[in-house]
Amino acid sequence: MTSRLVTTDVLVIGGGLAGERCAIEAAAAGHEAVILSLVPPRRSHSCAAQGGMQASLANCAKAAGDNPTVHFLDTVRGSDWGADQEVATIFAEEAPTAVRELAHFGVPWSRVRGGKNHYFIKGEEVDIDEALESDGLIGQRDFGGTAKWRACYAAAGTGHAALYAVDSEVVRLGITVRDRAEAVALLHDGSRCVGAVVRDLRNGSHFAVMAKATVIATGGYGRIYGQYTSNATINEGTGASIALDTGVVPLGNMEAVQFHPTTLSPSGILVTEGCRGDGGYLLDKNGDRFMVEAEPEKQELASRDVVSRHMQQRMRDGFGIDSPYGPHLWLDIRHLGEEHLRTKLLEVWDICRDFVGRNPAKELIPVRPTQHYSMGGVRVNKDGQAYGLSGLFAVGEASCWDMHGFNRLGGNSLSETLVSGRIVGRRVAEFASGNALKADTGLAFAALADAERKAADWRARTGAGPNVYEIRDAMGETMMHKVGIFRNGDELQEAVGELGQLLDDCDHAVLRCKDPGVNPELAFALRLKGMLRLAMTVAKGALARTESRGAHYRTDYPLRNDAEWLNRTLVRWGANDSDPTLSYEPTGIIDLPPGHRGYGSDERIEMTDTLEHHNEDVLQEQARHGRLASTEEMGSRLRRGAWKAVTG
Amino acid sequence: MSDTEQRRRLRFEIFRYNPEDENSEPHMDVFELEEAPFMTLYIALNQIREKQDPGLQFDFACRSAICGSCGMMVNGRPALACRTLTADLPETIQLYPLPTFKLVGDLSVDTGTWFREMAEKTEAWIHERLPFDPDAVEDRMSDDVAAAIYEGDRCIECGCCVASCGLANVDEDFLAGAGLNRVARFMMDPRDGRSDADWFDVVAGEQGVFACIGMMACADVCPKELPLLDVYAYLRRRTLGARFVAKADKAG
Repeated sequence: MTSRLVTTDVLVIGGGLAGERCAIEAAAAGHEAVILSLVPPRRSHSCAAQGGMQASLANCAKAAGDNPTVHFLDTVRGSDWGADQEVATIFAEEAPTAVRELAHFGVPWSRVRGGKNHYFIKGEEVDIDEALESDGLIGQRDFGGTAKWRACYAAAGTGHAALYAVDSEVVRLGITVRDRAEAVALLHDGSRCVGAVVRDLRNGSHFAVMAKATVIATGGYGRIYGQYTSNATINEGTGASIALDTGVVPLGNMEAVQFHPTTLSPSGILVTEGCRGDGGYLLDKNGDRFMVEAEPEKQELASRDVVSRHMQQRMRDGFGIDSPYGPHLWLDIRHLGEEHLRTKLLEVWDICRDFVGRNPAKELIPVRPTQHYSMGGVRVNKDGQAYGLSGLFAVGEASCWDMHGFNRLGGNSLSETLVSGRIVGRRVAEFASGNALKADTGLAFAALADAERKAADWRARTGAGPNVYEIRDAMGETMMHKVGIFRNGDELQEAVGELGQLLDDCDHAVLRCKDPGVNPELAFALRLKGMLRLAMTVAKGALARTESRGAHYRTDYPLRNDAEWLNRTLVRWGANDSDPTLSYEPTGIIDLPPGHRGYGSDERIEMTDTLEHHNEDVLQEQARHGRLASTEEMGSRLRRGAWKAVTG
Repeated sequence: MSDTEQRRRLRFEIFRYNPEDENSEPHMDVFELEEAPFMTLYIALNQIREKQDPGLQFDFACRSAICGSCGMMVNGRPALACRTLTADLPETIQLYPLPTFKLVGDLSVDTGTWFREMAEKTEAWIHERLPFDPDAVEDRMSDDVAAAIYEGDRCIECGCCVASCGLANVDEDFLAGAGLNRVARFMMDPRDGRSDADWFDVVAGEQGVFACIGMMACADVCPKELPLLDVYAYLRRRTLGARFVAKADKAG
């Protein structure tokens, strides 16, 4: 039996790559760190990242000329100008170090083979000589939306290899990991966060952890799309949800939800973008490569939002392959050959065999776009410090840092976990060094009692109320079909109404399991309201944003509108408030002016303001929206005008 | 199986015990459900929990056979439930939790503690030669060496090999397949500074590769099809080599 009150220096909520890397930084600085994880950390969803991790190492022939500035450009274009350009700069500059550090931790990165290499590029078989002096350096493969080959990889198990290496560092440093533990509320007084209340998923008891600094690293919230997600069952947005509950911490850009073009139909299991990066095609029911006409320049390797929309449209136009679970398209990687598939794409080979009973060297793979990534999350400044609550940090997919804007490039999230883990970890360590533990035990015991009361309330409900799993399924249907790839005002309005009803149902739902201990139905019920609240912030944000940007596409407002919507949505919603409050802050200081992405539509509503004028009040505006001061001045890391050297 | 074919009625016999409930006794419960096309044990167990018994405990996370959460005994054999198709099983499906791990409840076991202890015991991390230099280009490695290390790194720590191991079932300290594979993975990594002599106690001790009784169930059940036979042979050869080296040193 654990003590009901635990103290530490740094509490990290979430044991995936971002959380663990952050904890390593804090521990290396001499702080005691405790990691909470829903599952043993090596089972975190970081392990599911397959194809690659973006970093401009420029080691192979098709990566020649790559550098952090090109990576920055690709990232901002990918984001449809929704990214914070300073954060994108920092990210691109530090990604190569993060990849090399992983090599130091033990990741067996695929390496360049000097001499003749055989590749498939845009439908052509080509032989390329890799320089002999590059032999043995970390190799790169092609991914979507990038000017250069930049994705470093370990077969199609890159996330797995990275997570095991980083977790081995956690073990080496002796960092405490409490697995099967879920943070259910943050401890705070409205201005300072001092830890969290935790539910022990081994026995259903609760305890409080008081810490100098608290880090949310709980990943995405894909499961608000029910079964229509590539995400693991554990990606229920618990971290974003407890931050939202505070009422003072805003979530950023919740409507920015990524749909991955190639997930298995119907299970939604991810099939890496590396398949297309290595030369795979998308085919419709007639065997046509429709992406060649749709995107002549990038073809299958346009950004994910663009490819997913073309696929969805192709199926709507009747060119999908019918199945009992709805239409799908084909991914064709047969021409890559069995040897390539069983080495560089081994995990895809396994997944095809295990889940659709197909040999991808001989048969086509049924795929369709499915929810995949949450660009939105806990809004933080460039140090990872959350808006509105000192001592609370967020990192990785759980955060809105915000380098992805309205569309993340493939392979950029794996890099983000490590790059931001390093940077935010350093800031967390500094915070823990400069701030004493604020051991307000009264606050902790009150929050503990509140968490226990919530569980007891669920147990006490009787009668014939709705079932929590049916509410979850209804939420998923609403989200996929009305807050999905193509959105419009009428359907979004319906979605808001339906989610409101489901929130009401949730308040009247009744458990059928009253067992003591773990009680999986109760554990899920305790998360359900938070998931519905996150879903509502996505739907309301999408309804209010009357433009199309990145993955947020409105058929009734099909153009990107830089005159009115070059901003970031912030949403606050205290646990006891009836409705969320939306507000908008500037995306950040803009250096690369809004323009064409190089794929997708070139039509847009131009910015009317000048950049100089726009940039003038960015700092004050963001501060007004809750941004806390960063260690270094805002904008200090921007490389103003550096992009001109690349774009000419 | 097409939609029009007669669907099977599956009978699940599932081990139940909730250690947190003083009224709970270990027993088997029976559930029935209609099979659907491409039904996996992930789909079936969730259906049972959501429609029949909401207290049923089991673990899934990725549901795509990469996270290693869902190892369980399926008709007497350790397997990953998420990738097990009911179509490959008879109508009666018996499910037990993996042995050798502490039971959390029903089909859920605590693999996290076992694997953390194993990692600590074998010091399963790169024993660095030099501290990381953030400004330096990476050390070179041949792609073949990288591929060989990756092969060992593919273990997902699901625990199926441990549960299948005749020795691990009676000796809780035995490293078993996953542990020995982990050791071999670091042993072959040129970045790891440990010498064969450093490895000797870990590999040659009572918990190590020579304790293996060679039934090789581990290799039969490994969902990642890791070449465990080759791994053990590699460990034996390297360890014996180390012994000769150690003797020679002494003699010298």
